[in-house]
Amino acid sequence: MKMPAADEAILARRAEIVAALRAIIPGEGVIADAEERRAYECDALTAYRQLPMVVCLPSTTAQVAAVLNYCHANKVKVVPRGAGTSLSGGALPLADGVLLGLGKFNRILEIDFANRCAVVQPGVTNLGITDAVATDGFYYAPDPSSQIACTIGGNVAENSGGVHCLKYGLTTNNVLGVELVLMTGEVVRLGGKHYDAGGYDLLGVVTGSEGLLGVITEVTVRLLKRPETARAVLVGFPSSESAGACVAAIIAAGIIPGGMEMMDRPAIHAAEAFVHAGYPLDVEALLIVELDGPAAEVDELIAAVEAIARDKGAVYARLSQSEEERSRFWAGRKAAFPAVGRLSPDYFCMDGTIPRKRLPFVLTRMTEMSAKHGLRVANVFHAGDGNLHPLILYDANRPGELERAEAFGADILKLCVEVGGVLTGEHGVGVEKRDLMGTMFSDDDLKQQQRLKCAFDAEGLLNPGKVFPVLHRCAELGRVHVHRGEMRFPDLPRF
Amino acid sequence: MADTLKPGDAAELRDAVAWAVAEDVPLEVIGAGSKRGYGRPVEARARLDVSSISGVTDYEPEELVLTARAATPLRAIEDLLAERRQFLAFEPSDYGPLLGGEVGSGTLAGALACNLAGPRRVKAGAARDHFLGFAGVSGRGETFKAGGRVVKNVTGYDVCKLIAGSFGTLAVMTEVTVKVMPAPDKTRTVLIFGLDAAGAVATLADALNSPWEVSGAAYLPQAVAKRSAVDFVRGAGTAAAAVRVEGTELSVAARCDALRKQLAPRGALEELHSMNSATLWREIGDVAALLPAAGRAIWRVSVPPTAMPALVANVSARLSAEFFGDWGCGLVWLAVAPDGDGGAAIIRAQIAASGGHATLLRAPDGLRAMVPVFEPQPPALAGLTARTKDAFDPKRVLNRGRMYLGV
Repeated sequence: MKMPAADEAILARRAEIVAALRAIIPGEGVIADAEERRAYECDALTAYRQLPMVVCLPSTTAQVAAVLNYCHANKVKVVPRGAGTSLSGGALPLADGVLLGLGKFNRILEIDFANRCAVVQPGVTNLGITDAVATDGFYYAPDPSSQIACTIGGNVAENSGGVHCLKYGLTTNNVLGVELVLMTGEVVRLGGKHYDAGGYDLLGVVTGSEGLLGVITEVTVRLLKRPETARAVLVGFPSSESAGACVAAIIAAGIIPGGMEMMDRPAIHAAEAFVHAGYPLDVEALLIVELDGPAAEVDELIAAVEAIARDKGAVYARLSQSEEERSRFWAGRKAAFPAVGRLSPDYFCMDGTIPRKRLPFVLTRMTEMSAKHGLRVANVFHAGDGNLHPLILYDANRPGELERAEAFGADILKLCVEVGGVLTGEHGVGVEKRDLMGTMFSDDDLKQQQRLKCAFDAEGLLNPGKVFPVLHRCAELGRVHVHRGEMRFPDLPRF
Repeated sequence: MADTLKPGDAAELRDAVAWAVAEDVPLEVIGAGSKRGYGRPVEARARLDVSSISGVTDYEPEELVLTARAATPLRAIEDLLAERRQFLAFEPSDYGPLLGGEVGSGTLAGALACNLAGPRRVKAGAARDHFLGFAGVSGRGETFKAGGRVVKNVTGYDVCKLIAGSFGTLAVMTEVTVKVMPAPDKTRTVLIFGLDAAGAVATLADALNSPWEVSGAAYLPQAVAKRSAVDFVRGAGTAAAAVRVEGTELSVAARCDALRKQLAPRGALEELHSMNSATLWREIGDVAALLPAAGRAIWRVSVPPTAMPALVANVSARLSAEFFGDWGCGLVWLAVAPDGDGGAAIIRAQIAASGGHATLLRAPDGLRAMVPVFEPQPPALAGLTARTKDAFDPKRVLNRGRMYLGV
């Protein structure tokens, strides 16, 4: 994995740049000391590390605008960062770049139940929003596993998901507006408290843009009322095929569960050993199906799900009898990553999405790949929306294992694309999947996306080296190739 | 207009756009033409008719996705989905009649390009939220694709969102993939009578903020209610607010009861079942039947719901106006006399205070050329909009001027 070469001319000006940033952000907000910068050298994709040139921690939109304006004028690269929980290296620093941390933007600005929304600063945690409105019976729907730590600004940047996406959507379906600072320092507001942003849906583009288009300084999110009730059923199957068939049959019956998660045998055993959720250990695949909504509906649909599961050959079924038991069912799933982490010094968490019906094929192929690469793999799976999270176990201290793990991961993601899926369902491309973009997109597809980046950041200063495997200059991308006189067009019917 | 180009497939379409780029011929892009009057009059020298690029290419009910060529009639798709008891949850409105055209003539890509969303917007989102992937031709005359065929996908920029609601000004879609959902078995609607605008906003907020998964929340003042084809609404002799629930029979009955208990203190209640419900929500989504038939300019105003009462009070104080509210009153339809600026200054002054945007959805060509049809943008945002156009269509050959002058 290579990052763009550091600009020696910028590095030579480091002291001057630090001084200029200190003039914008007084006090402790600019970190130049190497030891203190160390805390920012990686995000949750810890395999890749880089000390940033300098860290800035602004606390106002005006400071963010001034920092970006200065960096734009001086051709200094900028990497935005929320809580640093990215699993794709989205916040990996650059040696010649400013790391712009938004952690001080941590206030909830307004809760507006009458318009069913909250206005918050980007450094508020995902769970912090729900906590602020929970006593009134509301919540913010997207719930990534890292919700206790990850921030809403990062969620917008990555278009984060969670276990309830199938029914409630991703971040993009739950954000109403943002305040965005462009690389020039210009501030724009996209959307607001109204349902649809006017003009081009730039809010939709910024959501999931991985910090390449602008820096978010305020977010307006949709709030939902808590469902009246939620019940979960644990269902065990003798094969992943039968579990997959059960998932398909539930959807075919017109049921959209609040959550529908699958774990394979290694993941079940790891989770059970870690949190003692009461999972059966003699099954090959375990489903957690949760129905939420009005009590009358949940009771009716959960009975339908149990009947479908029986029909599809379930060998184990247990319905939650209390809130406490429902939470226990989820505790194992939510702790699956750290649980698997206990089995191995290091692990990669992959994130492809596939058409649901291809699951048995993909799992079989993954077992073969595991043997080929000589590395173990455990699978947790957002079965409802086809989002796979294979966890590849490796030991970075053993020569060659990191490279083998990377190769194994790449093979899995290529397989996802091959069966009609995509490279990433919710973790983002970042640096991790950057070099695989060509398996899903043609050169023209990627160039068109980069032209969109040019509209926001013509100099390519914001988070370069992420998402796109090849960087092109905007002037080159903008050139129009005119095919005058060589078109098949004369054959076209005219009226 | 000199010519109509009618490509038969995606390759011919690419050639047509490449020709337009080479020869500097701005194109008006037309599917069925049902929404031609939506937006500013296009500055075009030729017409690009994509209606031949039609037909469902892949429908997998168990994967909840459908892929079709761009100009596939929406009605054909809705019929196909209904066979498997599925539907497009964003409930695309049919603005055909509102804009003086036929009923039910729109295409799938047309619904996406205009980012249509019916009353279910409050629960299920707009077309943008169901648009998973596409292939198309940029204004550079190049074929490209974005998105995919799965619901959960963050690979690259979400260009689908940008294309939704871009009114054909960035790219011409050739094939699109949308998310489909199971259709509900039953629908019921609770009517609350006699509310004024402020009372309606509060009542609908109360319903939308309940755990009863409300999938429609609208307010029809008395004059508008009188035009409904539904007896209970037309004959009420007063304003009617409406709250919809959908789902299984058991669930719908239980939630309807709960809502009636909750809303009883707000006013007299009535309940509509399947047929009447369907009629009422179609009227609300399609708009035409509820507002004066002709001779009025029609504005589509998106505001925070609580801003609706002040908006309509201030507009009504200065202009002869009629209105109704959808999306819990976050979407306000205003019908005013098409004189002068058609109410633009008054309406947009209100929006400057509350946030939101106003679109002049129906007006004579002259008025739509004179008044900004879409909400004017502050300079930084207008600059970003123009640069976004340049990224896809630098020579501005696709629907030039449809949204903003010269863009």
